[in-house]
Amino acid sequence: MEGQARPAGDRRVSAAGDGSARDTVLGTVRRSLGVTGREAPRRDAVEARIALARPGVVPARGQLPDAERVALFCDKAEAAAATVERVATAADVPDAVARFLRDANLPATIRMGSDPALRSLPWHATALDTAVGPSDGSDINGLSWAYGAVAESGTLVLLSGQDNPTTLNFLPDNHVVVVAARDVAGDYEAVLARVRERYGKGLMPRTLNFVTGPSRSADIEQTLILGAHGPRRLHVVVVEA
Amino acid sequence: MTIHPTSPQFKENAHAALGDRELQRALGHVRQAFIAKRAAAAEALPEFEALRDSARDIKAHTLKHLDLYIEAWEEKVTAAGGHVHFARDAEEARKAVLDICRRVGARTVTKGKSMISEEIGLNAAIEAAGLVPVETDLGEYIVQLRGEVPSHIIAPAVHLTRDQVEADFRRHHVHLDADRDISTHHSLQAEARGILRERFLAADVGITGANFLVAETGTSVIVTNEGNGDLTQLLPRVHVVLASIEKLVPTLEDVGQLLRVLARSATGQEMSVYTTLSTGPRRPEDPDGPDEYHVVLIDNGRSSMLGTSFEEMLRCIRCGACMNHCPVYHSVGGHAYGWIYPGPMGAVLTPALIGVETAGHLPNASTFCGRCESVCPVRIPLPKLMRHWREREFERHLQPATVRSGLTFWGWFATRPKLYRAATGLAMRALHVAGGARGRFASLPFAKGWTDFRDMPAPQGGTFQSQWKAKRGRPGTAA
Amino acid sequence: MDGRAAASRKPLRRDVRVGLFVTCLVDLFRPSVGFAAVKLLQDAGCIVEVPTQTCCGQPAYNSGDRATTATIAAQVIDAFAGFEHVVAPSGSCAAMIKRHYPELFADDPEMLRRAEELAARTHELVSFLADVMGVERVDAAFDGTVTYHDGCSGLRELGVRDQPRRLLGTVRGLDLVESANTDVCCGFGGTFAVKYGELSNSIVERKVGTVVGSGARTLVAGDLGCLMNIAGKLSRMGSHVEVRHVAEILAGDTEAAPIGSPTR
Repeated sequence: MEGQARPAGDRRVSAAGDGSARDTVLGTVRRSLGVTGREAPRRDAVEARIALARPGVVPARGQLPDAERVALFCDKAEAAAATVERVATAADVPDAVARFLRDANLPATIRMGSDPALRSLPWHATALDTAVGPSDGSDINGLSWAYGAVAESGTLVLLSGQDNPTTLNFLPDNHVVVVAARDVAGDYEAVLARVRERYGKGLMPRTLNFVTGPSRSADIEQTLILGAHGPRRLHVVVVEA
Repeated sequence: MTIHPTSPQFKENAHAALGDRELQRALGHVRQAFIAKRAAAAEALPEFEALRDSARDIKAHTLKHLDLYIEAWEEKVTAAGGHVHFARDAEEARKAVLDICRRVGARTVTKGKSMISEEIGLNAAIEAAGLVPVETDLGEYIVQLRGEVPSHIIAPAVHLTRDQVEADFRRHHVHLDADRDISTHHSLQAEARGILRERFLAADVGITGANFLVAETGTSVIVTNEGNGDLTQLLPRVHVVLASIEKLVPTLEDVGQLLRVLARSATGQEMSVYTTLSTGPRRPEDPDGPDEYHVVLIDNGRSSMLGTSFEEMLRCIRCGACMNHCPVYHSVGGHAYGWIYPGPMGAVLTPALIGVETAGHLPNASTFCGRCESVCPVRIPLPKLMRHWREREFERHLQPATVRSGLTFWGWFATRPKLYRAATGLAMRALHVAGGARGRFASLPFAKGWTDFRDMPAPQGGTFQSQWKAKRGRPGTAA
Repeated sequence: MDGRAAASRKPLRRDVRVGLFVTCLVDLFRPSVGFAAVKLLQDAGCIVEVPTQTCCGQPAYNSGDRATTATIAAQVIDAFAGFEHVVAPSGSCAAMIKRHYPELFADDPEMLRRAEELAARTHELVSFLADVMGVERVDAAFDGTVTYHDGCSGLRELGVRDQPRRLLGTVRGLDLVESANTDVCCGFGGTFAVKYGELSNSIVERKVGTVVGSGARTLVAGDLGCLMNIAGKLSRMGSHVEVRHVAEILAGDTEAAPIGSPTR
């Protein structure tokens, strides 16, 4: 990759191949704002703002006891046209997936990542053919384990990586996502705090997907049709324990 | 290379749009679809108005410190293995994209929906370089087939009917069975899905816009319902993000605030289906994702808006609520505005980007009804900013001479109360007599713009002030 | 404001000195609205005076001519100095004084102070009656179905929405029905209606569609600009829906022919 070959100090590129575009843009911004000579307090304000990362106005809607929060998540996900099933333990997931595929008249095959939470489940007890790894676009069904979920809007949170390849979120026609009830947060901020804890302040995985229902478009006459480019169906399996 | 503006012909464009029956049929969907959904979504969230304040404050704060947030963001992008390319104008932005495409030997380029890409005329440049740009948002794909630009910033093909889309697909998808049934919304969407899926898998470079750039993490954020933006950035070897400088926000939490007002204001959803946060290229342990991640950070006139009254326009998060609620947009649709950005936000932004000499009609073609401002998630005072453009036009004598002289004539009287009373007293009595028993005029030579379309009610005769004076003695006395 | 708050103001003062800003359109085209406003204010216990006046300056303001606007605004500020309240039978003109005069004098502290002081005591007529004078009912009769159109400035800049509906509800014989989209502009927009006549027409066409669709026999609103626009379109279409200013109905003063109708 070109960028890796570049000397570490040379991180500024412009279309012109030198620093001029960068300097001009930042210079015009500073001139227009009339801020020359007031750098120190401005820098402090910006650093503090980034360091504190205050949550702002967080709706009361998601601030609920555990059981009600999970129930709100299920309601909101269904309102966004996902289907939801709740199972007692992770061991019940393979059956739930098999049942979902059978009921929807879908082939009994599914692709997933290498997430131990998924790989360790008793798939052999079902008639499902499972495959592991990212999708090349030929899969009908994909399976992911969500990093978390947001009750406020019925949103799933998925992170890129070996465990749950991002291609599985978008290429298969049908996407089944497992989420642990304990990972269902009230709001986005609670999930972001967990992400920050896991990756470090200021760091992120390559891709974080907030997913709220299956793909859709209303681009023709404002008539909403599911399954535009991503999955036509989104099925959520909530694991209680 | 950017599209040639027809904004100077706004009146002619509007006339054509009003006579276009297919367009008028399609605009019916705008008048119906968005408004009730937004209202319901706002109503369902008690904190919605507080979130609008919060969203406004986040953007205002960021703009006041934009240089520093850009620097902080740039450092994070670079640390994550991405590349930032600054572009002063459209030409530099196009060159930055084409240089990347050439270097990696790209042939097919898929594109997620991006208004800045339209603004810089990127597709034409990509084609001129011998590459194939493929718009993948369903609406964008349709307008690309038609050789048009989007008529709405979140619903690009909202000016078209299903019948027109069917005809376009039949004209362009000639390799498919001519007898196939694509008469429904569903079958049209399925056909586009099939065709574009192949393009996604074949593309060498994927170009998306950005709803937000996060200084804290060097992340770019895109918001879509279709998933096309994700397939665009996920599958090719190279992901290029096009973003204008005002997309910066400080933190992930700030993104959370803005997301809560964005979808509700745009489509009335609580959250769009896919909100994707991308940071750098794929990591060594990642099984998928692009090998390269570039951001072309585009100014193209925005930095000069800072520090002026138009700085407030840079808060815009492109939700489209202003045009969804605009009676003028409802009448003529987006193309009549003659460039890239339609509706109230376009009426303020377009003159800033292409000059008020060219786009002068846009801030004038408004009733100042204020519905746009009342729904703007970041509380941009759109009517006030349109008025500021009118002030600049007035200062620079850009208005038609007839308008100016009429105004001067009226202003002369309005600032001389006694003369005004005498003159208007006479004029109204004369008009009253001329109006006769019908009580209205079917035609008035000095107000043809009015009487060509509706009657002008005649005055009752005698002004209020003269009658008040007659009843109460001299004016200015108590009852 | 709820009924109790209004009632708490019920022991009305009978000496509230009000300057009537009659508005240029009412002054020139429909003096009967001015007299209806005077009657309503007097019935509510106000002493009404009418200082010599021309216009609030909106045509100049919305055409980008700040200098002329400021001259006119200064004239209005002078003319209405000393009144306890200034009342206009128009949401648009009241909003001009309340919301926009201060913007004109941002660089002139003394005029800014005076503009803000005037803004604070300026009101749209119906909201003044209901919110300031505590008027809960009017003594008027009107036989027929009426629909109310929300003028944009009154609605969005001053929050005038429930007050006219509430008072119309107390008119004997009056049956108030809601049209669709009452919060949508009628397409008037001052000089817009002449400069962009065709566009303005398409907007008022949709507006009269909702008015006719409501089944009401009479349309009322609080702004003569909107009313002349809607009345002109209705009469051009040959519709029999009559158009009046809300003050005429509330004052029980319907002797004058409806707007744009043949004189009786």
